[in-house]
Amino acid sequence: MATETMHLDVTHPVAIKRPARESQFGLMWRRFKRHKLAVVSLWIAALFYAVALFAEFLAPVDPSAYSARYTYAPPQGLHFVAVNEDGGWEFGPYVYGYKTEIDPVALRRTFVIDEEVRLPVRFFAESKPYNLFGFIPLTTKFIGVENPRDPFYILGADRLGRDMLSRLIHGTRISLSIGLAGVTLSLFFGIVIGGFAGYYGGWFDSATMRVVEFIRSMPTIPLWLGLAAAMPKDWSALQTYFAITLILSLIGWTELARVVRGRFLSLRTEDFVTAAQLDGASDWRIITRHMVPSFMSHIIAAATLAIPGMILAETALSFLGLGLQAPIVSWGTLLQDAQNIRTLASAPWLLAPGVCVVVIILAMNFFGDGLRDAADPHGR
Amino acid sequence: MLGFIIRRLIAMLLTLVAVSIVAFAIIQLPPGDYLTSYIAQLSSTGDQVDPRVIENLRVQYGLGEPFYIQYWKWITGIVQGNFGQSFEWKRPVWELIWGRLGNSIMVEGLAVIVMWVIAVPIGIYVAVRKYSLGDYLATVAGFIGLAVPNFFFALILMYLAYIWFGTTMGGLFSPQFETARWSLPRIWDFLAHAWAPVLVLATAGTAELIRILRANLLDELQKPYVTTARAKGLPEWKVILKYPVRLALNPLISTIGWLLPALVSGSVIVSVVMNLPTAGPMLLRSLTTQDMYLAGAIILLLSVLTVIGTVISDILLALIDPRIRYGSK
Repeated sequence: MATETMHLDVTHPVAIKRPARESQFGLMWRRFKRHKLAVVSLWIAALFYAVALFAEFLAPVDPSAYSARYTYAPPQGLHFVAVNEDGGWEFGPYVYGYKTEIDPVALRRTFVIDEEVRLPVRFFAESKPYNLFGFIPLTTKFIGVENPRDPFYILGADRLGRDMLSRLIHGTRISLSIGLAGVTLSLFFGIVIGGFAGYYGGWFDSATMRVVEFIRSMPTIPLWLGLAAAMPKDWSALQTYFAITLILSLIGWTELARVVRGRFLSLRTEDFVTAAQLDGASDWRIITRHMVPSFMSHIIAAATLAIPGMILAETALSFLGLGLQAPIVSWGTLLQDAQNIRTLASAPWLLAPGVCVVVIILAMNFFGDGLRDAADPHGR
Repeated sequence: MLGFIIRRLIAMLLTLVAVSIVAFAIIQLPPGDYLTSYIAQLSSTGDQVDPRVIENLRVQYGLGEPFYIQYWKWITGIVQGNFGQSFEWKRPVWELIWGRLGNSIMVEGLAVIVMWVIAVPIGIYVAVRKYSLGDYLATVAGFIGLAVPNFFFALILMYLAYIWFGTTMGGLFSPQFETARWSLPRIWDFLAHAWAPVLVLATAGTAELIRILRANLLDELQKPYVTTARAKGLPEWKVILKYPVRLALNPLISTIGWLLPALVSGSVIVSVVMNLPTAGPMLLRSLTTQDMYLAGAIILLLSVLTVIGTVISDILLALIDPRIRYGSK
């Protein structure tokens, strides 16, 4: 085999092509595309982040709008094809109405889907004026019922008759952004601390690594709980949000610092770094110009893989009631309503945020794995 | 070997000191000190506040003195078995937590055993039958196990049990066994309750263990000595179980180091969901009522347990694997 490939065919000279050049990113993208699962996951994650971005537009109603008439109303679903009494078909989105029934056992009023009543639904429906991103005034929502007085609960309602879908969409914004913010902060600490440790080595390196090992040997949830419990109760939503981000990254930076340090250590002895040093380049220039670009893709992959952990941690903390607090809607605070097993039995749609958590964590894991493989120049 | 153990124990002691400082820092974090809230609580219930009692407490905890003196008083108390008073329950902290801590250790210990019992045979199977249907199934199940948060899994399990069997799962004992002495029926009752939380806790770790064991074993199976063993006509089960599996298991033991912290973490939240009488729910309650000496003691003890567990696994590993025993000198 080896001799065959080394044999040069002189009789048929190959037309000299201009050497094709591809950027590092282009190469990575090409390798990444081979991972079908990772590509699908990328699209799913992108979809989630798009939902988070356009939450106000996509959510049918305000997440805190309540209606005492429709507590725990079951999901209406969304239907597109209707069969009339005379057998004719009718197209167009609609939802079923509700009727109340008395539960014979519990003697409670419960809502049942009434398939007789069809409430027409419209895309790009008129709504009360609101601001997209807080500053673009709009009066159109992605979806809504034609008659605003009709109930509209595609995914059901919660204890106060609030729309689960709208809350879920707004919760997506908080939960995903806290994951991103936490990872960004961890990345900052990780790069600074891990970079110092890896580049300069010596006592700082060993001290840092001891600290990292120590933090990683502690059970995280009790620590997080202890820190989160110390937050003053009168803090505003924004303050709690940032405090939680900070608490999560207090532990999150360790993993990233380890990755960064490892890359620095292995690159420090590379020839191109020695060459730059001999040329008299400053440390700062060597780090930012020569070293960081060559492992940036690894860091991005490691950061992506750290996001699911952040989302999980926020969900767990808020679920236990020590993370984000009630007026803020996140997947964790939404799941708090699902803690009571009897409520859950009569309203299983309260588990929807948990499904979102599972899907995004799977997607981010596969996406991160694909990215890591693609970023490895020695990979296949 | 003795040198290795001694070095490991010294490192453990240092870690324990660091753990205790972190736990004490958490006690100190909430604004206001223990006594102020204690007095406020006493006055609000209309109780008489005896200034002498207050003064005694102030001296005992060193309140108002610098951080390190308070820490010293706290930690010397703990070494003597005095964990301070819980101001919500008005009882010594140790009395409140020792039973719950025992339950925590039992549930977590069982989870570790279940993890290994499930992961080792499956891990061997998927490595030997690489890319078979079973391998893919195990991979998919593993990813789901990793992605489903513990508490969400617990919720689903409880929901299904309620829908299908009409039972509310939860707790570790039936009421009649709650305070009974240990006996065969009580053990049976415990196992009948504990299987669910143990299963929930074991899922994520099992998935990870299978993945590691599979990768290790695949590496070993490629090595020439396996081919030699086969060529010499050793039966296939012996070729695999006798050498490669034993080598592949070694790194697995060291995974306890990160498995335990995750397990202890997970058990806190699963216990809250499933209402288990372990340390988790008490920690949550003490933190919400700012009963900080209780909370600090629980955080300290959970961390200490984790550290000790890790050290035991390190020593076990050194016992099994001579390369570590001699290599680290």
